[in-house]
Amino acid sequence: MRLLQLRSHLVLFGAAVLLLSGGADWLAFRGTNNDGNAGSETGPAKISTETTAWKAALPGRGASSPIVVGGKIIVTADSGYKSDRLHILAFDAASGTQLWERQFWATGRTFCHETSAVAAPTPASDGKFVYAFFGSNDLVCLDLDGNLQWLRGLTHDYPTAANDTGMAASPVVSGGTVVAQVESEGESFVAGIDTRTGLTRWRMNRPREMNWTSPCLLRGKTADEDLVVIQAREGVRALRPQTGEEAWKYDTECQTIASATPHEKGVLVPAEQLLSLDFTSGSADAAQWKQVKLSSSTSSPIVRDGKVYSIQRTVLACGDAKTGEFLWQLRLTGTNVWSTPVVAGDYLYVASEEGVVQVVRTGLSKGEAVSELALEERVLASPAVVDGALYIRSLGHLYKFAEKN
Amino acid sequence: MHRVTSLIRLTLPAAILIALSTNTGAAEDLSSALKTIKAVAAEGAGNEQAQAAWKTLAKAEAAQIPVLLAALEDANPLAANYIRAAIDAVAERQLQSGKPLPADALEKFALDTKRNARARRLAYEWLTRVDKTAAERLVPKFADDPAVEFRRDAVAQLLDAAAKIDSSDKDTAIDAYRQALAAARDRDQVDKAAAALSKLGQTVDLPAHFGFIQHWKVIGPFDNHEERGYPIAYPPEKSIDFDASYDDKTEKVKWMDFATADNYGNVDLNKALGKTLGAVGYAAVEFESDRDRDVELRLGTRCAWKMFVNGQLAGAYDSYNPSTLLDQHIVKAKLKKGNNVILVKCCQNEQTVPWAQLWHFQLRVCDVAGTAVLAANRPPRPAAEADAAAAAPRNSK
Repeated sequence: MRLLQLRSHLVLFGAAVLLLSGGADWLAFRGTNNDGNAGSETGPAKISTETTAWKAALPGRGASSPIVVGGKIIVTADSGYKSDRLHILAFDAASGTQLWERQFWATGRTFCHETSAVAAPTPASDGKFVYAFFGSNDLVCLDLDGNLQWLRGLTHDYPTAANDTGMAASPVVSGGTVVAQVESEGESFVAGIDTRTGLTRWRMNRPREMNWTSPCLLRGKTADEDLVVIQAREGVRALRPQTGEEAWKYDTECQTIASATPHEKGVLVPAEQLLSLDFTSGSADAAQWKQVKLSSSTSSPIVRDGKVYSIQRTVLACGDAKTGEFLWQLRLTGTNVWSTPVVAGDYLYVASEEGVVQVVRTGLSKGEAVSELALEERVLASPAVVDGALYIRSLGHLYKFAEKN
Repeated sequence: MHRVTSLIRLTLPAAILIALSTNTGAAEDLSSALKTIKAVAAEGAGNEQAQAAWKTLAKAEAAQIPVLLAALEDANPLAANYIRAAIDAVAERQLQSGKPLPADALEKFALDTKRNARARRLAYEWLTRVDKTAAERLVPKFADDPAVEFRRDAVAQLLDAAAKIDSSDKDTAIDAYRQALAAARDRDQVDKAAAALSKLGQTVDLPAHFGFIQHWKVIGPFDNHEERGYPIAYPPEKSIDFDASYDDKTEKVKWMDFATADNYGNVDLNKALGKTLGAVGYAAVEFESDRDRDVELRLGTRCAWKMFVNGQLAGAYDSYNPSTLLDQHIVKAKLKKGNNVILVKCCQNEQTVPWAQLWHFQLRVCDVAGTAVLAANRPPRPAAEADAAAAAPRNSK
C-alpha cells in the first residue's frame, strides 16, 4: 500500500514538474490549463506544405485533439461500420513514426452525428499515464508505452448514459482523480475516478439533459486546491475533484456545446452572452461582465495576454478579458468552425470544418490572417502547440507543422 | 565424443524437464491471469487485480496468441478489452522485434466460424498484417460468414465487381447485385445494392430483407404527462385482448390495425393514434415462429420504450433521444414454436423542440448476424398508400 501511495505521489510530483517547467507537453483538451493558451510556447508563423514536418494516417476518424506527453503525440480514433473500434495511438513527435497502438471494442453506445465522432473527447494525461475517453463512455488508462492499467465502461455500468448523437466531454485529471462528465437524457452524472485503480471515488447525479461541454480545471497551488468546473444548461458548478464536493455555483442558462474556460480567479462561460465569473466573490455578484459580441457557437473561448478570443460560426472576435470590451473581429475562411482555436506567441491557430487551417496574427486593434492551408479533409479537433510545432488532426490524419531551422 | 554423448544423455532430460516445467509454469500463469481478468465487472470491480494479470498476458509468447484469442469466447465486454489489448501488445512486440506471428494458427482460428466473431476478426487482422495474400485468398469465402465484419468485406468485393459489369449486360449485372444484396447485412451495402437493382428495373422487398414488422395492432394514447406513464402498466401490459377497449383520461381507446409501407418499417404513431404529446402508445404483433429459436428484436426509436414477448418484459430504455436509428436497441429474446406476441410500448414526452415531435419506432426480427427472421404468418407487403389508409380510422369516444 505504501508503494502505491509513493507511486501516486511520484505521479503528482512528475506532473507538477512538467507544469512548473512551462511544459513541453500539452496534456488535455485546450492544453494543460484548458485555456487554449500555449504559454511560453510559440508556433510556426506560416502553415504550408513547406512547414509540414510530417503527416501520419490514422486508422479511423475523430474529433478529439492530439495531446503531447514526453515527446509522444497521443491521439484517439474510432473505426468500423458501427464506429465501435476505439483506437489509442502514440507517435514520435520528432519523426511522426507510430510507436504503438491499442485498440478496444466499445462497450457503450456508438451512434453519432457526422459532425462528431465516437473519438470526440480529447484524452488527458498527468504526465505519466494517459486517460483516453470515448463517446461510448469507455475510459482507458494506459502508461506512455501503451501498457493497459485499467479500463471502465461507464455505459456498461449505466446503460442509458448516452444521447445517440455522440457524447463529447473531454476528461480532466487532478491529484489522482480523473473527472468524466457524462450528461444525457438518460442516466446523467459526473464521476471522479481513481487514476490508480479505475474505481469510482465519487459520482454526482446531474440534470437529465444533453450536454457536450467539457469540464475545465482551475489549478490551485496544490492539487488539493484544484477545482473542476462543470457547465450545463442549468448553470456552472465548481467541484473539488478529489471528493466531488461542490465548492461554488452560479445559476444561469449556459450553452451546452462551447465549454467554460479558466480565467484568473474564475471562468469565462459561454452563456447567452460570454460571461466572466469571479469565484472569489459571492455567487450573487460573481458576474464581472457580459458581452454578446464575444458569444461562441460551438468552439470554446480562449484567453491570452489579457485578451479573450471567441468564434461565432466563422467570425473570430477579440475582447478585453478584464472588462469584456469588444476589440475587433475577423471573418475566417470557411463556412463553419467546430473546433476551439489555440493561441501561441502572436498567433492564433484555427481550422474550419472544411479543413482550412488558418494562422491569425493577433494584435490590440485588429487580427490579420497571415497564412492558411487547406488539408482537404474535415477538421473537428482543436490543435496542440509544443516545442515550436503545431499538431493538428483532421478526420483521418495527424499533422505536424514547424518552421525549418 | 563419448564424454559429449554422456553429457548430452545426462543433461538433455533435465533440459527437457526444465523446458516443460517452464512452459507448464507459463501456461499456468496465463491461465491464472486470464481467470483474474475474466473476473472484472461493473464499477471497476477487479481492476486492481487485473492490472497485474494484464502484465502477465502481455508478456506471453506469440505462439500463445491463439490461447488468448480463445479466451475471448466467454469474456465479458470489459474483460474482452483487457485480453484484446494484451494480444495486440504481444503481436506488436513480436513484429517490432522482427519476429513472425503464427500465421497458420491465426488463419485456422479466423476461419473457424464456430469461434467468437470478434476473436476471429482480431486473428484475421493480425494475419493480414503478416500475410499480404490473406485478404485476396480469404475474403471471397466470407459472403455467407456468420460474422458481419467478415461478410461486409465480401459484399464490398461483390458490389465492386457488379459495378464493373458492362451496362449492356443487364442480366449479369442483376445477378451480381442480387448476390451482393443476399449477402449484405449492413444498411449502407443493402441500400447500395437495392438502388442499383432499382435502376436495373428490379423490385427489392427491403422490409423483408431486414425483417421489419409492417403490420401492427396499435392502441393509445395513454397518459404520459410529465413522463409518468413509463412505469405505469396500462392494460395492454397486463393482457392482450384485441377486442377490448379502455378508458383513457380523454377518450375510449381500442386496438386498431396499422400497416406501414415504409422501406424501414417506420411506424408513425402520430399518424396511427393522432398527434399528441405526453402520450403512451402500444403496438402488438402476432408472430408465428416455425420453431423454438433465439432472435434479436432490433428496435429504432427516439422515444422511451419497453418491449414484451409473450407477456414477459424483454427490454426497456427510459430515455428520450434526438434520433431514431436502425438497430438502435437490440433485445435478445426467445420465440417459441407457434404464435408469439411481441408488444412495444412507445412513450412520447412533452418536449417542444422539433425533433421531439416524432413519435415513432421501427422493429425488425433477425438473428445475431442481422439476417431477417420472417414470421410464418407474415402478411403480404402493404401497398405504398397503406400509411395514409391506415391513418384514417381514429380513436373516438
